[in-house]
Amino acid sequence: MSGRAARRVPLLDRLRDASSSHRSISSIVTMALVTALLPIVATFPPFSGFNPQSVWVNSFADAGVYVLLALGLNIVVGLAGLLDLGYAAFFAIGAYTYAYGASPFSGNDFPFWGMLLVGAFVAAMFGLLLGAPTLRLRGDYLAIVTLGFGEIVPTVFLNADRYTKGTNGISGVYLPSLLGYQFQFTDPWPFYVTMAVIITVAIIAIFRLQESRLGRAWMAIREDELAAASNGVNTVSTKLLAFALGASTAGLGGVFVASKLSFVSPDQFGFTVSFTVLAMVVLGGMGNIWGVGAGAFIIFIIQTVILKQLNAFLAGTPLSGIDFLQYQYLLYGLALVAMMLLRPEGLFPSARRRRELHAAEEAEEPTAPTGALEGAGQ
Amino acid sequence: MQMQRSIQLPARLEGGPYRLIGAIAVSLVVAYVLVGPQQFSNFLTIGAIYALIALGYTMVYGIIELINFAHGDIFGLGAFVALWLLTMGGFNGAINNPVELAVVLVALFLLTMGIMGLVGVAIERFAYRPLRNAPRLAPLITAIGVSFILENIMQAFFGPSPVNSPQIFTLNARFDIAGASIGYLNVFIVLVAVALMIGLQLFVGRTRLGRAMRSTAQDREAAELMGVNIDQTIAITFFIGSALAGAGGIVWALYFGYAVFNQGFYAGLFAFTAAVLGGIGNTTGAALGGFFIGFVYVAAAQFGYSRWFEVFIFGILVLVLVFRPTGLLGQQLGERA
Repeated sequence: MSGRAARRVPLLDRLRDASSSHRSISSIVTMALVTALLPIVATFPPFSGFNPQSVWVNSFADAGVYVLLALGLNIVVGLAGLLDLGYAAFFAIGAYTYAYGASPFSGNDFPFWGMLLVGAFVAAMFGLLLGAPTLRLRGDYLAIVTLGFGEIVPTVFLNADRYTKGTNGISGVYLPSLLGYQFQFTDPWPFYVTMAVIITVAIIAIFRLQESRLGRAWMAIREDELAAASNGVNTVSTKLLAFALGASTAGLGGVFVASKLSFVSPDQFGFTVSFTVLAMVVLGGMGNIWGVGAGAFIIFIIQTVILKQLNAFLAGTPLSGIDFLQYQYLLYGLALVAMMLLRPEGLFPSARRRRELHAAEEAEEPTAPTGALEGAGQ
Repeated sequence: MQMQRSIQLPARLEGGPYRLIGAIAVSLVVAYVLVGPQQFSNFLTIGAIYALIALGYTMVYGIIELINFAHGDIFGLGAFVALWLLTMGGFNGAINNPVELAVVLVALFLLTMGIMGLVGVAIERFAYRPLRNAPRLAPLITAIGVSFILENIMQAFFGPSPVNSPQIFTLNARFDIAGASIGYLNVFIVLVAVALMIGLQLFVGRTRLGRAMRSTAQDREAAELMGVNIDQTIAITFFIGSALAGAGGIVWALYFGYAVFNQGFYAGLFAFTAAVLGGIGNTTGAALGGFFIGFVYVAAAQFGYSRWFEVFIFGILVLVLVFRPTGLLGQQLGERA
């Protein structure tokens, strides 16, 4: 910190200092700018060639859901260092909570805005329920238990068809309304703005958490659980909180998705969703809030807009036989492995995480030359 | 000889392996009474498949403490390799000549297990070895990435729908016993699985390489100081584990007659539960856990809850982790650490 202050170069660094001392305000400003600019950028080539503006805005709103999911998973994976492979389960729980709260199927009609909190709360409770028995064990068990949980939740929604209408899903979920204004299917703008506001609130909250005592405890556990425990961090409750807060973020995303599509069904929440979000977090840079958000946004847009268009674009060329959508998960898998081997800190790394992930190499370098040879792959 | 024997026995069993054998016998009788003779043979067959997969999980975890998420997909790939070899060999129906059948089966098992073993070694070499000293999260994420790569390669080659496998066993080659009609295929599968498990136990317990594996699991650095080639030992562990999963894949293709690109995902989850149930790192435990999972599968189908099977397995996994995280037999490899 002091090193940076010493060579303060005009605008950029002053902005950076201002943004780190007024983080909430700068987050709001950044998000407002991004929210305003994205629809404008979409009207210019080459983006306007892909889709008309309203379709883009709709995609942006959908991308926002994944940004939110990635931000939440980042708490669990990036900040606390716990691998959650069933994150979609909490997303599903949030979505079904809203479907029960506001649909002809249940007969309830609770307001969307209240249900956002309810969905987040219910998802967090399930996070606690799942985390309490497993977080006391070693981290790898959590990975497999969450993997199982992520499969079980959609299976339960599928099989308990008396309560969930099984494969058919619950349709006709009510769209939100605000101060008498009714959201419409045909108009993506209100959803887009709502999502932007939710993300802004989430970003501010996560920044504040990250810089709080709890956030430091998360990072301490991530770096060395034993050392954290011996310094008085209650590792179980700290990890549980990370897990529950991550789950509640997914719950928010679930409520939003249920209201936007006006439909929930078990197959929206399969393992591929958990895997996609994990890939977003890893590619974006575990632990870096802006990096993860940007990573999620870019990957979602590539996946849903560009890959789809690429198929149409390449029709008639020798590459036309290849369905790029079919290979997207192969690409994710390759990307995950390549990132872990070559650049584990992600595309937009958090400085602290990078040092941690390269600690082994740094420790090896000053010692014998044999140590350097072993890490020759890097 | 005496010395080796006392090293080989897990501490928990030192009181006498007879208690374990007795417990197995009692559970078999209970299982027989619960599901009847016909389903009993199915349970042993399906249990054998899960046991073969669980062995690889438990060996890899025992030696490098990594949950190898790709292991289930190695099983899935093994089924496809077996199916592909049979198709390439021009087999499309039952082989009635017993000598020919035996030759084909031996060749099938040797080739598939060898190929899958090499695939496992390659995965270890390129995806896991560079991360051996990295933070724990890194190899876990890599493993899940490898799992997805394998599934998508299978999907790219064989398509998203189930692919039928040539049935080289005559399905009506059955015999009647105790009111049940049992296929020779079932008997063959259980015998092969048990033979492979006994072979594994002998290998780990009696050979020089097996001792290298156990010492590496116990304390990698000390083993290295004693002259154990760590990289080679870990590679051999992956080879054996993947070959066993490959054997599971062959058995699956022979018994169920199809393979689908994502079958390894669930099978891996169930086999992992089996490994945890038996005490992860413990090969005997993993085998028994596999048979237990097979029993749950058959019993769930018997009593009309087959679509809740996954939920039961997951419930078992969570219950074991809560109440007895070391598994039923304790941690054989880890306990020595």
